[in-house]
Amino acid sequence: MPRRAWTLLLLAWLSSLAGTLGSLFFSEVMQLQPCLLCWYQRMAMFPLVFVLGIGLYREDAGSVLYGLALAAAGCTVAGYHFLLYSGWIPENLQPCSKGLSCAEVDLRLVGFLTIPLMSLFAFSTIIGLLVAARRKGLRV
Amino acid sequence: MKRQGIMVGSAVALVLAFVVAAFGYAWLAERRLVELAAKPDSVFSRPHSPTYGPTDARVRIVEFLDPACETCRAFYPLVKDIVDSHRGRVQLVVRYTPFHAGADTAVAVMEAARLQGLFWPVTQRLLRDQSTWGADHNPRPDLIWNLVDGTGLNLRKAREDAASAVVRARVEQDLADARALGVTRTPGFFVNGRQLKRFGANELQELVREEVARAYGGGGAP
Repeated sequence: MPRRAWTLLLLAWLSSLAGTLGSLFFSEVMQLQPCLLCWYQRMAMFPLVFVLGIGLYREDAGSVLYGLALAAAGCTVAGYHFLLYSGWIPENLQPCSKGLSCAEVDLRLVGFLTIPLMSLFAFSTIIGLLVAARRKGLRV
Repeated sequence: MKRQGIMVGSAVALVLAFVVAAFGYAWLAERRLVELAAKPDSVFSRPHSPTYGPTDARVRIVEFLDPACETCRAFYPLVKDIVDSHRGRVQLVVRYTPFHAGADTAVAVMEAARLQGLFWPVTQRLLRDQSTWGADHNPRPDLIWNLVDGTGLNLRKAREDAASAVVRARVEQDLADARALGVTRTPGFFVNGRQLKRFGANELQELVREEVARAYGGGGAP
């Protein structure tokens, strides 16, 4: 595997690990209950650690494509969640009226950084890095 | 080989950062609670909260109590004994957490009794006869008024108070504080803001001993 491409894949994997640990920090350490949309994003983020990690270890170019599929799904949900959070999508379209609200803002770091925005940022970074890795020759 | 080394190294660094952040956060959160517990009006204690023991005690046990909860009943003599045995150094603060069915009536009666200076005799009576009015399978809150008759309570006044919006708001406040502190089971204990994490009588005694030693300097009597 070319060095450049491997480095990009490493960065994508570390982003997914940081995203996973970050989301676990919010739920397990800060005790913020994940809402339904958070769980859908977790379903995409957590496996990325394994898919990209094993791909990286075995230098398997195929993992880039599998990772892209997961990251794209996560990014879509994160984008929707972000729009809901910031009020672009009206309340009556909220998918989780029962239990925890997905639109309630629990946390705002340095003024603007909400959890859905961090998620959106993490998934976009991973997609960017994986696309770049493909450009550098990781195509099966 | 070198690549796998980089991979493992960076992952270990991230996980270590997570562990350090988790411990740091827990430490900060505990310090914040300890500071809150020292204040007279906070999630730990409200101006309406009934107390037992001296007000100038430097160690304060906060108990989230459900009068229909059997473990609360079992702990009652024990907690009283802890306060008594530390002679003037420990105070108990009671918070209303009516989680069981029927307990909402009981805590309203307790608060009404507090307004007449009869919180403890009425609470003792309710705990003593818990099986009569607060049995899990068959709660009978309608029997409560008969049970507390004879404690010296002015029943007419107490009924009025128990049904008042003020008393209801105080119980709501206590329940909101319990939620804020993550109390989901009763009895829930905090000693100077430190939560009793592993539940048990010995554990509670140990936690109080620790806090007394911290507040009054190394162990031993004065």
